[in-house]
Amino acid sequence: MTMYIEVGKTNVPDERGYFGEFGGRYVPETLMPALDELAAAYAEAMADADFQGRLAHLQRTFTGRPTPVTYAARLSEQLGGARIFLKREDLAHTGAHKINNALGQALLAQRMGKRRIVAETGAGQHGVGSATACAMLGLECHVYMGSVDMARQQPNVFRMKLMGANVIPVESGTKTLKDAINEAIRDWVTNVRSTFYLLGSALGPHPYPMMVRDFQSVIGIEARQQMLELAGRLPDVAIACVGGGSNSIGLFHGFRDDESVELIGVEAGGHGVLSGEHAARFADPAKGRPGVLHGTRSFVLQDADGQIMNTHSVSAGLDYASIGPEHAYLRQTERAFYTLATDEEALEAVKTLSQTEGIIPALESAHAVVEAVKRAPTMPKDSIILVNLSGRGDKDLDTIMRELKLNE
Amino acid sequence: MGVEAIRGMFDRAKAEGRAAFLPYFPVGYPDYAGSLDAIEAMSRAGVDGFEIGIPFSDPLADGPVIQAATQVALEKGMTVRKCLEGVRTLRGRGVHQPMMMMGYINPLLSYGVQAFVRDAKAAGADGLIIPDLPPEEAQDFVAACAAEHMALVFFLAPTSSAERIRAVGERATGFIYVVSLTGVTGARTELPSDLKDFVARLKAATDRPLVLGFGISTPEQARSMNGLVEGFIVGSALVRAGANGAAAVGALAGELRAALNTAE
Repeated sequence: MTMYIEVGKTNVPDERGYFGEFGGRYVPETLMPALDELAAAYAEAMADADFQGRLAHLQRTFTGRPTPVTYAARLSEQLGGARIFLKREDLAHTGAHKINNALGQALLAQRMGKRRIVAETGAGQHGVGSATACAMLGLECHVYMGSVDMARQQPNVFRMKLMGANVIPVESGTKTLKDAINEAIRDWVTNVRSTFYLLGSALGPHPYPMMVRDFQSVIGIEARQQMLELAGRLPDVAIACVGGGSNSIGLFHGFRDDESVELIGVEAGGHGVLSGEHAARFADPAKGRPGVLHGTRSFVLQDADGQIMNTHSVSAGLDYASIGPEHAYLRQTERAFYTLATDEEALEAVKTLSQTEGIIPALESAHAVVEAVKRAPTMPKDSIILVNLSGRGDKDLDTIMRELKLNE
Repeated sequence: MGVEAIRGMFDRAKAEGRAAFLPYFPVGYPDYAGSLDAIEAMSRAGVDGFEIGIPFSDPLADGPVIQAATQVALEKGMTVRKCLEGVRTLRGRGVHQPMMMMGYINPLLSYGVQAFVRDAKAAGADGLIIPDLPPEEAQDFVAACAAEHMALVFFLAPTSSAERIRAVGERATGFIYVVSLTGVTGARTELPSDLKDFVARLKAATDRPLVLGFGISTPEQARSMNGLVEGFIVGSALVRAGANGAAAVGALAGELRAALNTAE
């Protein structure tokens, strides 16, 4: 019988958690046994038809999957080239793709008998996803969030609290996602026996990058089927934004064996690579180079001395100094290509999509829209671009109104 | 030098019927000169060895005190190169005890594994402690340290299985860093009640010297290390004293060292 989540679809990672030269487990000894335990429990759960059935049932009846694919007719006509389709993860319960992984890991925690959950969050969507899954399953949820991010994603802070999560402000370092992960790991090291670390992106020590990818692969697997039904063929290009890289790896996974589909990841260009204020790990060869952050070897924005650099993006969810190791591998093997969109371009794309399609994208997802808008006019009319619209923009309304000066 | 110097340190402490005392201090806190003064003051106070901290922007095994101190060091421009220069300067000022470089992996990878081990050795260091480098990922460091006769310390924690204890015991050189509790660095009023059982479990599986760290701050706690383990580390308590100057650090180190004397 077919399982909901197919494991072993690719030959990466290897048993040590490596995607080529990227990945691995660079963590304090205290966590090594916990990671072994997690990897074993995950493998068992994936082989268990009951577990997979329960996840599939909840994804259908709770998350609202499958999320639709929408043809962006007016936008496509306006651009006059390729037809643009949107995979609507913004319509998943909680308003973003993060719930796919949060639900999977929360079910795994429950199966492992761990009732205390810690999570980190940047934009707040993973925090909300975790709080949601924990409320539904009756688990205790603690979310670490940088105080800078708490200020710019207030609505998500309220949502987490309303669902009973304990939101812990992080005041160390840059007070954003990187520091929230540091604190979540410190909590996990301290309470490792009772606690499950529900990591929200396709990064961290093995098995997290693999596990998060698998739970998010539903995006690409659904989208592939939906494109065949809607358009009668696969897209020519599939585009997603890349912070840590969970929505993009989930989209890419569905198409990785389809050589005709070009896979494009869009990083946060912030104020532009030359400004130094960005989160474009692949686009700035002076600062983005292989290194280790948060337990995994990948591309890391760092200074000449190996200190992790401050990043900037208007979107909290892309504001991170490293990138999931599988993206570094997909780039190295040239299976996927990576580009960037600046703050200004992303904000413009928010406005464009809102006014042509009646869909307000999250600032993160708007980065992917930027690339589609750039490419579509250069492509033939019978070609297709698929954009993963990873989340909705409600959480960003304050920022969007301020930046686009819509209040004036 | 290197592994031999560390062995000598444990032999001397053992001959005196006590545990060896290895303070941790980061280079660059409260500033570069101040950190060297503090380490020299501890050397004169008769400590047995040092864990010399290399500041990192994201020290995820450290508690608030060391996080704050290393952040200050970075803001004042501390680099890996400057840390090694500090070790060289300390050797020139007569600091004779074994020195272990303690740093997170990314700055060391950025420096280059072989280059770092070679330069650390040349500066006068005797070994490395890398808290986010488990033996599984350490092939390059193992080879580089072996070539330079530098010790490469691995960790064991209360969560380590019997199998891991054996495997880490086989690979660690110099000593094994025993994390006393599940958590991050920082003073605790009490050490875990099952510490003796934990250490006994380790001793049954490995004959490497055990050096206990995390949570130790008082003379009483220091004295309780005698007969339990071969050595121990105090970090946060000394770093906190560092705010009051090198003399304060030296005085606290002297107090902790004196607590180990058995013949009264």
